[in-house]
Amino acid sequence: MTLTASLVSQATTEVENNPVLNIAIFAAFVAVTMFIVLRASRNNKTASDYYAGGRSFTGPQNGFAIAGDYLSAASFLGICGAIAVNGYDGFLYSIGFLVAWLVALLLVAELMRNTGKFTMADVLSFRLKQRPVRMAAAISTLAVCFFYLLAQMAGAGGLVSLLMGIDSKLGQSLVIAVVGTLMIIYVLVGGMKGTTWVQIVKAILLILGAAAMTVWVLALNGFNLSTLLGAAVDNAAAGVGEGVLNPGLQYGANPLDFISLALALVLGTAGLPHVLMRFYTVPTAKEARRSVVWAIWLIGAFYLFTLVLGYGAAALVGAETIKNAPGGVNSAAPLLALYLGGPILMGFISAVAFATILAVVAGLAITAAASFAHDIYANYMKKGKVEDPDAEVKIARRTVIVIGAVAIIGGIGVQGQNIAFLVALAFAVAASANLPTIIYSLFWKRFTTRGAVWSIYGGLGAAVLLIAFSPVVSGNPDAMIPGADFVLFPLKNPGIISIPLGFILGWLGSVTDRTIESPELAAEMDVRAHTGFGAEKAVEH
Amino acid sequence: MSDHARAPIDFLAEEENPEFKALKRKRFSIVVPLSIAFLAWYFLYVILSTYAHDFMSTKVVGLINVGLILGLLQFVSTFAITMFYVSFANNKLDPPAAEIRDRLERESEGVQP
Repeated sequence: MTLTASLVSQATTEVENNPVLNIAIFAAFVAVTMFIVLRASRNNKTASDYYAGGRSFTGPQNGFAIAGDYLSAASFLGICGAIAVNGYDGFLYSIGFLVAWLVALLLVAELMRNTGKFTMADVLSFRLKQRPVRMAAAISTLAVCFFYLLAQMAGAGGLVSLLMGIDSKLGQSLVIAVVGTLMIIYVLVGGMKGTTWVQIVKAILLILGAAAMTVWVLALNGFNLSTLLGAAVDNAAAGVGEGVLNPGLQYGANPLDFISLALALVLGTAGLPHVLMRFYTVPTAKEARRSVVWAIWLIGAFYLFTLVLGYGAAALVGAETIKNAPGGVNSAAPLLALYLGGPILMGFISAVAFATILAVVAGLAITAAASFAHDIYANYMKKGKVEDPDAEVKIARRTVIVIGAVAIIGGIGVQGQNIAFLVALAFAVAASANLPTIIYSLFWKRFTTRGAVWSIYGGLGAAVLLIAFSPVVSGNPDAMIPGADFVLFPLKNPGIISIPLGFILGWLGSVTDRTIESPELAAEMDVRAHTGFGAEKAVEH
Repeated sequence: MSDHARAPIDFLAEEENPEFKALKRKRFSIVVPLSIAFLAWYFLYVILSTYAHDFMSTKVVGLINVGLILGLLQFVSTFAITMFYVSFANNKLDPPAAEIRDRLERESEGVQP
């Protein structure tokens, strides 16, 4: 390791012991967004306002919000760190995350916007039997939100020790509680409108920050990518050398595992309920298309930045320093910021990372709350006959508080545990349980209620069971339960089995089903999906 | 769904309407081949990255190797497909869809007393 690296690690310790700046910048973010949320909440009257922001966001605004929702702390800190330490294999990850948006753009976004109202279940149950399909879709929505939420909250605990210098268990728990409480306030007060604005502000800060650091890193290397790669090779972890430029460092030992992950990444995005719900915040299918296009440009640009930032962190900070820092690989981006711009830039990047967690959990909370109140309460329990129009939103708000409490307790409970696999699990469930039913509902006439129910429960069950018996949960020192060993499935990612299973079950359930679903509703859905006739309109205030 | 159009529309007949069928065919004729193409190209890249390490590690310019170039090309193809599809949808799908939608809206309003 070079002199700079040891200087950085020295400086890191100092900054972490004096985290007032980080906290001040984060507090400023909270103050600004809280002000926006309060302003945005003035017009929160109907369910459309609360769940879908009155459907009044423009495509570009929603594109920023989608990017804000999608670029979680895992993809910012995680991918930067993965590239810094594992080089090329970290980059592979980001490509799957980006290409996945083409599924959403070409197959899902516009048709979903035309046929749905608030949730994924609206579309899935359009022409099938309401109650069983809604229940299944709501359960899988809640499962995805729960896994994703838990992963974000656990990440928050880890970030605290890195960014704010709080190492004690009590201190970390306190910060998790603060994040959870802030999230509850945002979603309770602001609804979808407030949450969307938080996402937009956060996405702008994150992308600007990453862009500035990218230009900076490139400038230090004469705007020559090859020079940067050379510097990264020189500072790579011991024994790796040029290996950081080649595939195989992280996934080389188990190629099938990577293919399984790649499947889940590319097919999961278009089935993530909090992403699908964003399509309802715009007035038309055309705006939904525009928002995906903006999201693709923003997310694509951002992942190109992370490529430079990851190799930049390896080159300027050094892979060993990153691995040994508190927070491990997640510290690559903040340490790079410290190296480039000193404590102020590190404070900014740290606060943005924190804001990222806050914004993503807010997006997940409103999705889960909408699904519970709209699908389970209003349509399953009350069979679509809720007399008081405010009752559904009232239930949604109460659900937000419950979800916030679950997030805080869960986040504290999983502290220090290695549960990074939960994000991959969320994508696998989205791809195995949600995407097959979405695709079949939109494109296959003979799809039946039984097909939908089999596909959702089968895909969800298979993904969760395979993970439970995989090496991420038990059987090795890095597992969630290192002491036990009940590994039956050799891969860390269930997608390669559970995704085809979800598609096969949807088909099998339908072709063996003798009941005939309403051809009138199927025709109506078809016409509405492709023309936008009868689609939900924006709220006029 | 509780918010169906105000006047009944014969969606079964509408679905057989040649204009509507042409609209659907136009969408599928672009969307299906594009989806197959980008998924095939993505999995080709994934499989090369997993099983063809030597090929992907071949240097092309300086330290920039085949793997990095193919990875960056995934970005390029994603952006290109996005732009192509959007201009197609704006020019070829939106106008006929709007025509059918307007007609259906007129019909459903017209029956309304």
